Amino acid sequence: MSDADLIIIGAGPAGMAAASIAVQGGMRVLVLDEQPRAGGQIYRNVGNGAPRGWLGKDYAAGAGLVADLGHPNIRAEFGATVWRVEVGGRVIWSQGGISHISAAPHLLLAGGAQERPTPFAGWTLPGVMPAGAAQILMKTAGLLARDAVLAGSGPLLYLIAAQMIDAGAPPKALVETQTRAMMLRALPSLPRAVLALPTLVKGVGLLQKIRSAGVVRHTGAAAFHAEPNDKGDIAFSFTAKGRRHRIETPLLLTHQGVIPATHISRAAGVRHRWNHAQQAFEPIVGPWGRTDQPHIHIAGDGAGIAGADAAQAAGALAALDILHLAGRIGEDSRNQRSTAPRAALTRARAIRPFLDAAYAPSPEILAPEGKTIVCRCEEITAADIRQSVAEGANGPRQVKTATRAGMGPCQGRMCEITTRGILAACGTSPSPPRARTPIKPITLGEIASLQEQNA
Amino acid sequence: MTIASRFQPRPEGALRLTLDGAPLTAHPGDSLAAAILCHSGEASRTTGRDSPRTAFCMMGVCFECLVEVDGLPNVQACMTEVRDGMAVRRQMGLRKLGAADV
Amino acid sequence: MGQSDITLIGGGVVGLSVALGLLRAGQAVTVLDGADDDFRASQGNFGLVWLQGKGADFAPYARWTAQAVAAWPEFAASLRQTSGIDVALSQSGGYEFFTDVAELADFTADLARQEAHLGRKSYEVLTGDDLRREMSGIGQGVVGASFCALDGHLNPLRLLRALRRAVATLGGRIITDAKVTKATPASGGGFDLTLANGARRGAGKLVLCAGLGAAHLATSLGFNARIRPQRGELLITERLADRLPFLSSTIRQVDEGGVQIGGTHADAGLNDAETLTMMRGLARHAVTVFPALAGVRVVRSWGALRVMSPDGYPVYARSSLHPEAFLVTCHSGVTLAPLHASNLKDWIVNDATAPEKGAFDDNRFALSTAA
Repeated sequence: MSDADLIIIGAGPAGMAAASIAVQGGMRVLVLDEQPRAGGQIYRNVGNGAPRGWLGKDYAAGAGLVADLGHPNIRAEFGATVWRVEVGGRVIWSQGGISHISAAPHLLLAGGAQERPTPFAGWTLPGVMPAGAAQILMKTAGLLARDAVLAGSGPLLYLIAAQMIDAGAPPKALVETQTRAMMLRALPSLPRAVLALPTLVKGVGLLQKIRSAGVVRHTGAAAFHAEPNDKGDIAFSFTAKGRRHRIETPLLLTHQGVIPATHISRAAGVRHRWNHAQQAFEPIVGPWGRTDQPHIHIAGDGAGIAGADAAQAAGALAALDILHLAGRIGEDSRNQRSTAPRAALTRARAIRPFLDAAYAPSPEILAPEGKTIVCRCEEITAADIRQSVAEGANGPRQVKTATRAGMGPCQGRMCEITTRGILAACGTSPSPPRARTPIKPITLGEIASLQEQNA
Repeated sequence: MTIASRFQPRPEGALRLTLDGAPLTAHPGDSLAAAILCHSGEASRTTGRDSPRTAFCMMGVCFECLVEVDGLPNVQACMTEVRDGMAVRRQMGLRKLGAADV
Repeated sequence: MGQSDITLIGGGVVGLSVALGLLRAGQAVTVLDGADDDFRASQGNFGLVWLQGKGADFAPYARWTAQAVAAWPEFAASLRQTSGIDVALSQSGGYEFFTDVAELADFTADLARQEAHLGRKSYEVLTGDDLRREMSGIGQGVVGASFCALDGHLNPLRLLRALRRAVATLGGRIITDAKVTKATPASGGGFDLTLANGARRGAGKLVLCAGLGAAHLATSLGFNARIRPQRGELLITERLADRLPFLSSTIRQVDEGGVQIGGTHADAGLNDAETLTMMRGLARHAVTVFPALAGVRVVRSWGALRVMSPDGYPVYARSSLHPEAFLVTCHSGVTLAPLHASNLKDWIVNDATAPEKGAFDDNRFALSTAA
């Protein structure tokens, strides 16, 4: 007995678009999301609370998708943490301290992305935070940073800078790691990016806004270092144009792009690969989001970073394929209805090669050295990891067991990719680390009182 | 040393909480992490090796925002919505086995 | 192509312990270790240094284990000296908790037989009420426990790292990504080894210590022992500031503060996945024994494959077909490490009799293999 025809994990653009199409096709859908409300990170808290016009039109556009989740055949559970996905379609999830087992013949993973960890000396200090986290605080609590410095690279950095300017809290400085050489390397990808012209135009607009607001900009910055000053603010120093700079700020917001959140897909046994252009592991998915696990589809940034528009389109394609596999629509119908989302996906993806090359993460963050902390939970440094490799650890598992990096409550979400970077810098080509149950920590009491349902 | 919030002040919220016994207000829908960040720029916990930490990723990934809520240790503040009357304590060092006896 | 006096196949706790003993005896040693994603029981085990109940039906194993447990303090100290790593050995006694009266009675009978083999008092049995008087926090569902003052535990991951460093420090060569797929006798003595990556290397004496990875090599070199996997599942919790008041064979707090729960057995072939049924069973056991654990979060669960001989006891065998080939395999590599690092060297190097007068050789399997 199934609880639904389809279980969707993640209520961002991919999951919401898929849910809407699946119910239109007659399915009963269970949507599980860990956050308190629908929207994913991109449309986080949209349509809720005070109007925040400075977040922009693109953000407000998410409200329609959220409204579609109100369909009577969609059961959407929030604050629902999935902690196990089993071959065969069982999903075990926790809500308010109680775990539930749900089963469905089809499963769509739409868990999205997380910010790439940005390890450098001092990144664990209070007062250093990912820029995306600051944006979440803007979206959910209307919290605006005081005299913040934005540091790193990537288009999200410009968007957040512009939102901060519009909200009346402009950043004190924008410190970018990308270099002129990187931009030159990205140029050959620019013609293709023209397919996504509106996105490019938006990007140029953001840069103009930052310029006209008089925000100080540094590019080609490297050798980040943060330390507390005597007021408890952050003294941030870096090298740019051959000179050491130092800026004091209450809040240093860093960003080096986003990476697929793969703990659920890895724990579910889906095969993954290393995406060199995006410097991240990603599940291997086909054109409809199918994986090597027969009942599991993946859509959105969790299958490779391409942004919200691409995620929405990929969610639609996956839902159409699931309707087809479930025998609810024919192959022709699936193909016919896929034309629009397929075109949208192609357009949205066209800009990625340019962005990936122009805003590639800086090497010192991919494979840090010395006393920089890599594993924040267990406080393991880059030097500790490099030493374990020198002693013969030849892959992620042995680094983990030798150093404890990745054994804390974040389960490697903040360090696995850096460990991978260090292993690669040391000459190995490491496979994706294994993810196991529970996908998020869960109490012994809750596991002990788990009831078999639908057995 | 008292460190001011790293964020601009907001209007007082309708919900009343305490952080280590001191009053603090929040708005309905705030995450506990947002409420704490708005209140103070200080660490909201220390690690097993005494390093200061505060809420970081704001999306449930990094587990840096762990605090004690109504006696329950290791609660993710960024995944917890504020409730009126919440008694929150900064968590110094690793969590204790049982509910806090303070 | 390097050729050492002795080549060990397997760089886990067993292989490295044997290597350490041979190095201390002045031998030249090469350890061939496999890939990161090999089964590696040494990275999945529970870290007990345990006597209770071992060898109840096989006196040599009871004696051998008692000897190993007694040798641990000195071995840990010598490892610390050579490697600079403290393996967090603690031998302050361990419990076996029971929630079923009949199971406690059965186990008590085992302990009595073991005690007879050892020839000295080795355990006591406590009722549930005794326990609850002695220690606060023990659950009402516990009907009793056995206790052995000699039992203990250590940090098995740090042991592995310490052994690795000690072997390297004493001049042993550890070659990684060197999974041996084939071992054949060489014409001029010794062996030709073929590696998974296609490389070949020579070996003089050969000691198979590769656990499950050694199974097919053991067969091809004429050993009778058939090694089989047995899956055990474990849970580890977030770290705690305070200490659990006990050590048991199924619940132990690692020195870093996390609580490890284990003790399941399943025949699942080479599938080392964790299962919901076993996870729930372990969680129920933990909160029954010590209810305060209910609020503690599990960070990870995993399955690991024990390396089992047909009767479950260690195998120390010399091939009758190729006398330069040795097989050392067991599922208690942590407990037995001090002996593997000392008492096997004369057997391997000087043709001395195998430990316990050959009680652990593989002739004991000859009949069953033939049958």
